[in-house]
This record gives sequence, C-alpha cells and structure tokens, in this order.
Amino acid sequence: MIDSVAHAASTPERELPYAALGLKDDEFARIRELLGRRPTGAELAMYSVMWSEHCSYKSSKVHLRQFGRKVDDRMRERLMVGMGENAGVLDLGDGWAVTFKIESHNHPSYVEPFQGAATGVGGIVRDIISMGARPVAVMDALRFGAVDHPDTARVLPGVVGGISFYANCLGLPNIGGETWFDPVYQANPLVNALAVGVLRHEDLHLASATGAGNRVVLFGARTGGDGIGGASILASESFEENSGRKRPSVQVGDPFAEKVLIECCLELFHAGLVEGIQDLGAAGISCATSELAANGGSGMRVELDAVLLRDPSLTPEEILMSESQERMMAVVAPDKLDAFLAVTAKWEVETSVLGEVTGDGRLVITWRGETIVDVDPSTVAVDGPVYERPFHRPAWLDALQADTAGRLPRPAAGAELRAQSLALLGSANLADASRITSQYDRYVLGNTALSSPDDAGMIRVDESSGLGVAVATDANGRYGQLDPYAGAQLALAEAYRNVAVTGATPIGVSDCLNFGSPENPEVMWQFERAVTGLADGCLELGIPVTGGNVSFYNQTGDVPIHPTPVVAVLGMIDDVARRVPSGWQDAGDNLYLLGTTRLELDGSAWAGVVHDHLGGRPPAVDLAAEKDLGELLAAGAHEGLFNAAHDLSDGGLIAALAEGCLRFGVGARVWLDDVLERDGVDAATALFSESGARAVVAVPREEDVKFTRLCEGRGVPVLRIGVTDGGAGSEAALEVQGLFALPLDELRAVHTAPLARFHHDAAH
Amino acid sequence: MTRVGVVTFPGSLDDRDAQRAVRIAGGEPVALWHGEHDLHGVDAIVLPGGFSYGDYLRCGAIAARSPIMAEIIDAAHAGMPVLGICNGFQVLVEAHLLPGGLIRNDHGDFVCRDQRLRVENAGTAWTSRFEPGQEITIPLKNGEGGYIATDDELDRLEGEGLVAFRYLDVNPNGSLRDIAGLTNARGNVVGLMPHPEHAVEPGFGPDTPAAMSSGVDGLEFFRSALESVLARA
Repeated sequence: MIDSVAHAASTPERELPYAALGLKDDEFARIRELLGRRPTGAELAMYSVMWSEHCSYKSSKVHLRQFGRKVDDRMRERLMVGMGENAGVLDLGDGWAVTFKIESHNHPSYVEPFQGAATGVGGIVRDIISMGARPVAVMDALRFGAVDHPDTARVLPGVVGGISFYANCLGLPNIGGETWFDPVYQANPLVNALAVGVLRHEDLHLASATGAGNRVVLFGARTGGDGIGGASILASESFEENSGRKRPSVQVGDPFAEKVLIECCLELFHAGLVEGIQDLGAAGISCATSELAANGGSGMRVELDAVLLRDPSLTPEEILMSESQERMMAVVAPDKLDAFLAVTAKWEVETSVLGEVTGDGRLVITWRGETIVDVDPSTVAVDGPVYERPFHRPAWLDALQADTAGRLPRPAAGAELRAQSLALLGSANLADASRITSQYDRYVLGNTALSSPDDAGMIRVDESSGLGVAVATDANGRYGQLDPYAGAQLALAEAYRNVAVTGATPIGVSDCLNFGSPENPEVMWQFERAVTGLADGCLELGIPVTGGNVSFYNQTGDVPIHPTPVVAVLGMIDDVARRVPSGWQDAGDNLYLLGTTRLELDGSAWAGVVHDHLGGRPPAVDLAAEKDLGELLAAGAHEGLFNAAHDLSDGGLIAALAEGCLRFGVGARVWLDDVLERDGVDAATALFSESGARAVVAVPREEDVKFTRLCEGRGVPVLRIGVTDGGAGSEAALEVQGLFALPLDELRAVHTAPLARFHHDAAH
Repeated sequence: MTRVGVVTFPGSLDDRDAQRAVRIAGGEPVALWHGEHDLHGVDAIVLPGGFSYGDYLRCGAIAARSPIMAEIIDAAHAGMPVLGICNGFQVLVEAHLLPGGLIRNDHGDFVCRDQRLRVENAGTAWTSRFEPGQEITIPLKNGEGGYIATDDELDRLEGEGLVAFRYLDVNPNGSLRDIAGLTNARGNVVGLMPHPEHAVEPGFGPDTPAAMSSGVDGLEFFRSALESVLARA
C-alpha cells in the first residue's frame, strides 16, 4: 500500500514514527499545519531530514545571522557569492574567482574512520564543483583523542588513510591542515575537510531551479541504501512495518566515480549545458530537489521511479533519504538535453531524467503513478524551525579563568629551559606531522607553491600571471574553553597571520564550528560567544565569512568537547613566485622578531605539556596589530625582503625557531636579551609565551636597511634576535645564546617521534 | 613542432601536468582519449599518472585493454617513444610492453616524497640527455609502486641493462633491487614510478640544495624524447 497524498488525507488518524525520526511534537504539529493534513511517509522522511540540526541549522541560525549583518562595503567588494549557497565565491580579478569551504564529517569518522573521512572529502569537493569551479586543492583540520590512547591508533590511521585514499585518487593536492590531540576528543574526533576551487566568472553556477519546462536530471553514481540515517536517525524497522533491514549509516566513497564526475561536470559547464546544479550530500534527493526548487522560487515535478538504483528493494522514503555519494542534480533546458546526455555518455556517467521544473511553486513527487509528496519546497528547505535556545555563562568559568598559568613556576636556568623546549617540541600537538602529510599527494595539478609544513598552503591559479591563493586553517580548543569569544578571534587571527606570512593578503573566511550539544545552555553560550567573536573579528579585519558549517553534539557522554571553531582564511597573491616559506634556506640571514611578547602562558602549549594545566585567560586579541603585521608581511614579501617568515602561535618563539630551522635543516643563533629588556619578560616567557600578532622573519643582509625602514614606517615593533647559520650537516643547531643549544639532529628526532607510531594497515 | 600525445583514461590525474611538461620542454602536447583508436599523428606518447578506471581490478589492468592501447602497443613495437609514469608504468607492465609487476608498497601506505634516483641507462629515448649514473631528484607518489619480478627475470633485466632507474637513499616502496624504472631492449619504451612531469618548472618541483621547489631534473626526460624523435626523422 503506497502512502500517497490521497491516502494520507483519508487516514488522518494513522500514527507516524516522527519521534523516532528526530522530530519533536511541536515540529510534527507544524508539519501537519503546513500541509493541512498528516504528512505521507515520504513527506515525513523529507521534513525530518531537512529539519534536522545538520541540514536546517535550527539551533545556530539566529546566531549565524551575525555573519551577514556584520559586513561593510569593503568586505563586499570581492564577494561574488556569500553564505547560503554551496560555497562562497570571491573575485580574484582578471576574470578569475575562487571558492572554498570547510565542513565537518566528525561523527561518521568516529564510527568508521576510513570511509567517514573519505566521504567527508568527497562531500566538500562536490560543494565546490556545484559552484561551477574546478577543485584545485584540499586541506584537513583534524582533532583526535590522546596520542597514546589505544583507540587513537584505530581512528587516526583510518582517518588519514581515508583522506589520502579519496583525495589522492581525485587528483587533488593536499596542501595543509592541522593535527591536534586532546582527550576531550577521544570519543568524538573532529574531521573538518576543506576544498578550494577556481573558476572563470562566466562559469559560476548556482543551486537554483528556474524556467518551467526545464528538465531535472540526476547523474553520477546509482542510489543505494547507504547513508540512510546519516542526517537524521531512521530506524527503518519502526518506520515501515514490512521493512526489517538494517542499512549502514556511514556512506561508502568511490573517488574514481567522483573524479569522472568532476571532469564531466566541468565539460558540461564549459559547454553551457547547465542552468542550475546541486550536489547530493546530506539528505540526498530530499535536499537537492527542495533546495533547487526553493532557491529558484519555482516548483518541480519528479518521478521517483526514474532514479537509477543500486538496490531495487529500496522504498521511496529510503530513495529520498539515501546519502549515496558521487551524485549531482542538474537543471537542463529541454533543447540542451541531448547535448547534456552526450557529455555524460562520453564520461560513462549514468544519467536519468527525473522530471521538470514547474511554475506552480509545489514540489510534487510521484511513485508508481501515485503522488507521495506535494509540498511547498521552501517549507522543507528554507522555513524550517528556528530555535532561540537558552544559553548562559557556565558557572565554572570564573574559577577556571582565575587559575592562571602565570602562577606556575618558570625556569631561568639554561638546562631546564632546554629540557622544557624539547618536551614542547616533542609533544603531539607541536610534533612533525610528516608521518601524516607524506601520505598525501602535494604535487598533482602542478600548481602547488606551498604546502605543509609551511604556514599556509598556496596554489597558483593563473599559469600566465602567477596569480595565486593561500589558505590556512586554525583553532585552539584550549583557548576556546577559557574564553570562546577570544578563542574564536584567536583562531581567526592565527589563520590570518598564517596566510600573511606567506606573502598573501587575506580576503575571506570559511568556518567549521565544532561544539557540544546545543541543548546544553552552557554549550549554547560558548557557541553564541564564539560566533559573535568571529563575526566581530571579521568585521574588524575587513574580511567576510563566505560560508561554512556547524557541527553540534560533539561530546563524549555528557562531556562536550572544547569549543573548537576551526577558521579557514583565504588570501590572494599577485604572483606566487613571491611566496615566502616558513623556514630559512641560507646561512647568514638576520632573524627578526616582529611584535611584542607579554606574559601570556594561560592555555599555552607550555602550560599543557609541562604542567598539565589549563586555566586563566587566553592571550589578548589585538586585531589592529594583526592587520598591521599582515600588511607589513605582504609589503615585505612583495619587495622580496624575506627569505623566510613564520608565525608565532602554539609553543611560542621556541616552536617557531625550531620549525624554521628544521624546515630546510639550517640552524640559527639567537639571543633574547633585547626582547627581555624591551618587553620586561623573563627568558621562559620570551620562549614559551603565545602572545599574538608576532612572527619571525629571515632577512638577507642586503635588505636590512629597507626592512627596518619598512617596520619603522608602519610602526610594527621589531627586534633583531639572531642570525641563521649553526654550522653544516650534523653541526647544525638552534642555539639560544647564554642558555642552551639544540643540535638539529636531536631536535628532529624528538620532533618526529610522537606521530611516527601511526601506521596504516594496508588491508582495508 | 614535435607532437607528444598524452592519454587521458577515466581516472587519469597527472595528464594535464604531463601536457605542461611537454610544452615546457618545447614540444606540442596532444590530448589522446582512451576510447579512441586514433593517435592523431603524434611522434611520442606519455601514459600519465593517476588511477585509471579506479585501479579497481589491478592497477593499470583495465587501461591496458582500452582501445587506444591497442594502437599504442603497435606504435611501441614500431619504435615510437612511449613513457609510462606511475600508473602509466603499471599500464605498460599490464600491456606486457615491460616485464614484471607492481604491487602495494611494502609499508602499506601511500607515500609522497622527493626521491633521489640514479639513471642506470642513459641510452633510451627518454634518458639520452642524462649522463650514465647521473643522480637526479624527482617527486614520487604512489600506493602501489613495489616492483616485483622473478629472480631470473631480475637477473636478466640487470644483465641486459634494462633497469633504467634505481632508488637512492631510500627504497620508498619495497621495490626489488631498488628498481624505480625500466626500459625495453630497444630503448623506446620506458616506465617508472616517480613523476618527471612534476620536476619541470622552477617553483613547483622538488627541493634542491640551491632553493626550495627548484628541481627541474624531470625536464630532461621530455627533452630527450623530443631529440630522439628528431633523430629518427
């Protein structure tokens, strides 16, 4: 018996398992009110999945609106497509545009790390394709539990293997990211995947169905039973009595199918054969049809029988909710349909025409000749529930903030400072990540100008001019826990700085906001503070948020993760030939410290590693100083004044110096006296403090005068703190004069040890 | 201008990079499509890296049986220079233009690194501009690059000088006898796991002692082929 619209109208009393599908009583009542009858099973499936937190942003919407409100004209200058589409688009000039977005795939990656992470990459790449862009790079921001926990040895190699497998097979260079360990992520790792795409202005496409009579076409992989219950929880046995099957909740990725889909889509775009396009991700066909129709202000009629199935036993509800990967939906003019089908045939991409765009404002879906969905698409896709969830400042925060790391003992003797430096550099969060990044292809496409371990990844966009973009992602959950407003701004500042040190100028932001349960008022407060901090920060820096993603319910039992707003900043550079790496390549350069150092050890890596301490207030945020620093770095890079530039963040000055040395195996001699005197700090503070708006630059001697003049002119505090050299080969060392020396061989051994343990089993 | 065909299979990834390398070396790249039987009058051919047909059966196995490969096998037997890079090397092996097999890296992981190699045979169409024994650095990136063959076959390959490249410093994938690449006896068909097309342009190649990303050792592969085509003409 098909639960058609007519059947629903005549059986109002029939009980529906809406609660099992995640809908609240009032939400179900609202659906009944909207339809003027009970929903059919298919309609219930659509509403439940589209009104889930994941798809509707019902808890976050009221706060996210700040990103649209806190924008000035200067931030709109480059913004071609803002939030709300699959990904934001920024103008690069010369007819070029760039699109980028970061998105979470946290929960699937805990259940099934390999496929969870792989399909996370696949999903974000399809967002990029659906803007009309060629994907050109990926990055990943990862958070795991304790580095030595047995389950981390399951999750990490699986996640890294999944990212490696999918992105390498897609032919996308992985140009950077972060890996961070903390027990708060033990049962809830964070896998945030970012993709970058480039396009010519005329290739821009939107997810919008307009033009009555235009065909609705589904192409790519066949629809199967995977991923049902990914976006909301569907227990199929309780949904339909006859269906006792269990479906896998994590999708399975096929990067080969997606690679072919990319090339096929780009050929379709360039031939002008697509009026509107939407990728199929969470909520599958439910989402694609309702969003296309809602965005276009049109209607749509779809015959669900036309969907090509991998499993013919799927019910219509399951077809609507399936999250099978590597599928796209296009709106195609009838006179272009044959040409469209010729292109998909050339790429051997299976294609079916599901229906057409109508002008009546209704989304009508039929199955076996009966109408099973008849809804206003905007009620599904746009006008979902909006919650003003209660929030309040956690009572425990005052005590936490009062517990400053400033009270912890700080060593003065060289031997102790040396031991603590090595402990920091050998800690999991500061360790060499090449055990992970060497599993990623960084060369494919031939445009990678910078990649991990440099501070930002950089990609050439235009081979003739050298025009390029740089991207960095950052977040520090420890700062977020101490002060979510400041924590979000510090993540923004660090990503901004990481882009600036490469010589690029930041122009846009994407964010992936990872938090605990929104039903917990303390978590909701953290979220509200972080969003406000990020929106205020972007306004001050003059760079817009172009899109992103919210991930709630990241917690183990009742314990939420630290607030982890991962911020991705994208910058542009006129010519990637002027890029600046994060380490020195030559002996004899002068090393300068830009910015000032304060006693700011609260939430620092030093406090965590040396004292197992988390308390106090995170470093002060000074976005004006970040901006001054960023502009100076861009100007200096443009004039070729830097052989290297490296931002100071986790682990402070000692981490920056060590990484600067290890990048190319060139040592350094450093003195701290001038810093101690000018800033009134002790040696431990100078080495380990995480004050913001700082960077180390390596300046060739012949550029010294020009450089110091540049700093004076721009009022950026600067001190010469050393020179690069430290001997050759096994003699090379990082020497902090009067305190200690670290031979680079010893440093490298310590630095690579923490992640060397992870080995991905070939069998998967 | 010498025309060098670069084949695109479904799942080819480094095809546009190979085209760029041909262009930088001074040749004219010509895109060839896996489903056609037409070589478009090219003078040499590159089978690029990637995961042709998803590498779902054995790496390169399906591509080796594609329509275009029938033509390429004939052309190779007639002496046309053919270079197989990474997945292209796997295709050449699956097409029996080169002997042996390539299996999953011994450590199980995909690996991407700047790889030092020794040019063992500088007499092929793709290596003539190198000195015998010259040490070069080009990027390597593969998951299934472990070269295998029987002991007898390995002895024969070494005895006949058919080992074109050997890994130096690190054997990145467990290849027997550190074999990174092979040539056929005639010297026109060469296959290797590392990627010369990613070491052709300053700023985008491997690091060298002189400067980051400045390695262009791969350019000589393509220049060698262009010279060899001219010499044949």
